[in-house]
Amino acid sequence: MTSKQGRASGHWRNQRLTSIALIPLCLWFLAVLTSQPSLDHAVVAAWFAQPLQAALAALLGAALLWHSMQGLQVVLEDYVRGRLLGFLLALLRAAHVAAALALGCAIWMLARGGAA
Amino acid sequence: MYTTVLSILHRASGLYLSACALLFVGWMLAAALGPEAYACAQAFFASLPMRIVLALALAAFWYHLLAGIRHLAWDAGFGFEKHAARRSGRLMFVLAAAAFAATLVFTPAGRYVAGFP
Repeated sequence: MTSKQGRASGHWRNQRLTSIALIPLCLWFLAVLTSQPSLDHAVVAAWFAQPLQAALAALLGAALLWHSMQGLQVVLEDYVRGRLLGFLLALLRAAHVAAALALGCAIWMLARGGAA
Repeated sequence: MYTTVLSILHRASGLYLSACALLFVGWMLAAALGPEAYACAQAFFASLPMRIVLALALAAFWYHLLAGIRHLAWDAGFGFEKHAARRSGRLMFVLAAAAFAATLVFTPAGRYVAGFP
């Protein structure tokens, strides 16, 4: 969509999509965290070495970081104007891309059985 | 519960959870890097300031989750009348507090954060 209005409604809809996706994904992650006998390295590494669990972690990470960016963008747009807004939005995007890359690497390494 | 206060809390908890997402990324990275790095992360998270940060994150998580569901219901056209909104706000606040307390007291990870044996 090219019009400003189209972008805004697209943003609104995407924010709902990530909200809905995060409800089961966050509850799954909390259930994992709270159901383990301990959170020692062996337990955590073995958990995320399972392909399904690694895939769910990747989905959670993607939805979480995207949702975080959408939310922070709305907050910034409410309180900041002009060129500063553009700069802060670019900074926000860069920070989230960096976090997503780091998390992606971490999940990839865990799925392959840890640092090797 | 005044809906404006709850709305600001939703925003504040969202900001806080965004910051905590970085802790999540750091924790996963430490786990991927191996037992030594993970032991460092564990020592870091076991410190009193971090345990307070994590407990607040747990509270913010439950609040943001339930308040978010309430917002989604509004978007779908339910419960937007003043009385219904006040009532669902109260219910959501109580549920969030109960879920927070239950996770803290009854789960191993929660007891660890709270410092219970």
